[in-house]
Amino acid sequence: MKHIETLNTRDLAASLQNGGCGECQTSCQSACKTSCGIANQQCEKCMED
Amino acid sequence: MIHQYKLNGYNIVLDVFSGSVHVVDDMSYDAIALLDAGKTEEETKTQLLSALSRYNSAIPEGEEKYGEQDPEEVLAEIARIREQGKLFTEDIYEPEAFDFKKRSTVVKALCLHVAHTCNLNCNYCFAAQGKFHGQAGVMRFETGKRALDFLIENSGTRRNLEVDFFGGEPLMNFEVCRELVAYARSVEREHNKNFRFTLTTNGIGITDEVIEWANRECGNVVLSLDGRKEVNDRFRRDISGKGSYDTIVPKFQKLVAARGGKNYYMRGTFTHYNPDFTEDLFHMADDLGFTELSMEPVVAKEGDPSALTAEDLAIVSEQYELLAKDMLRRKKEGRPITFYHYMLDLSGGPCVYKRISGCGSGTEYMAVTPWGDLYPCHQFVGEEAYRLGDIWNGVTNTALRDEFKLCNVYARPDCKDCWAKLYCSGGCAANAMHATGDIHGVYRQGCDLFRKRMECAIMMKAAESR
Repeated sequence: MKHIETLNTRDLAASLQNGGCGECQTSCQSACKTSCGIANQQCEKCMED
Repeated sequence: MIHQYKLNGYNIVLDVFSGSVHVVDDMSYDAIALLDAGKTEEETKTQLLSALSRYNSAIPEGEEKYGEQDPEEVLAEIARIREQGKLFTEDIYEPEAFDFKKRSTVVKALCLHVAHTCNLNCNYCFAAQGKFHGQAGVMRFETGKRALDFLIENSGTRRNLEVDFFGGEPLMNFEVCRELVAYARSVEREHNKNFRFTLTTNGIGITDEVIEWANRECGNVVLSLDGRKEVNDRFRRDISGKGSYDTIVPKFQKLVAARGGKNYYMRGTFTHYNPDFTEDLFHMADDLGFTELSMEPVVAKEGDPSALTAEDLAIVSEQYELLAKDMLRRKKEGRPITFYHYMLDLSGGPCVYKRISGCGSGTEYMAVTPWGDLYPCHQFVGEEAYRLGDIWNGVTNTALRDEFKLCNVYARPDCKDCWAKLYCSGGCAANAMHATGDIHGVYRQGCDLFRKRMECAIMMKAAESR
């Protein structure tokens, strides 16, 4: 498209159907310990794929 | 719900519930804002045409706001992404979130407080110099072993189990850390588990033996350093008041050099005394050679001299932008650095269950004291009202566990209209409790900074896509 560039993102609505395996890390596990979020985590399943 | 913002020359539109990110031109940006405000396509077109003629007659030729753009073409593209389910999507997750009490959860991770004591005396420490407002003590091997068994028993079919060696200063009980890893390795196969260990250390106790062990056994190490010598040594001092920088930096450099590419983070804290924290990150990168960096705002009560003030927040916000732009420059020059909060995997990030289920504290993640007591996370340790149970009898305060189970982004009224809620998952329960007295509250200062970091991280993705 000429005016809009859409970045490649995970379809969150679709992940409602095929997500939830639970293998991901808990949020505060690695570097922060005081200001958690989940945005910087990766899906274990996606990493395997 | 959408969120749109301009940063570093990019017009960015985020569609909250689909997770889509669009980089758009000026006319599309304005058109989306008009549509979001409730204008019809026809009204939007009329306003765009009017703006087009107004802007283009008022500014010099060649600098037109919209240039040669055609509102009809713009609206057609917007209609197309809308049809694709990538703009103005509805929230379809809320019913799932309220059903969460029924979901069965397993314990995935333990934060093992192997030492409630420390060889530094940092007066900004949320853990009260390692003692968490209680008595000093170290974990016995038998207690740690039982904690690992508790984790195996309560982890269901989950294969990857995470264990943090935390404190206080865990290396003050290094021998037990080493024994616990050996024990975990001896039993993981029979239980079809894979233990992943993290060591968080202030560096004082690092020896060649520690380096060899940590680099072999720990998938991640978190090394505490606040940056410039004068910044680090303001707070990170030993009992006699001597700064730790000169002692720890060579040890950290040696450990990282021997790490062979395995994960690590230099983890600093910034306070009211150094809101210009990018100087500390750049010092760690340029002068000390570290590339994996994390820097956190101090957790301090309002009025504490180290607490960030409202004035500091404006500076910090600018610093986050400066950092994002500088990281793009470094990447372009072939010498990238990583900043923990800008690690954003748009295509391989968490599924929506993860995004709405909260941080996992009190259910999937718990902290274990040296005496085997269980708390929802390391930041609740020492808060007697938040004791969940112990590793021998399991979680006995099931009402508290259920409260944490339900404490997701939809349980927090303040998150309702926040565009970043599927990036933070409702934020930190401990910060919320300390700021508002309620785990369902929000820590507003933390939210403001989180949103700023997300805007920067998404902008970086936009820039990298070009």
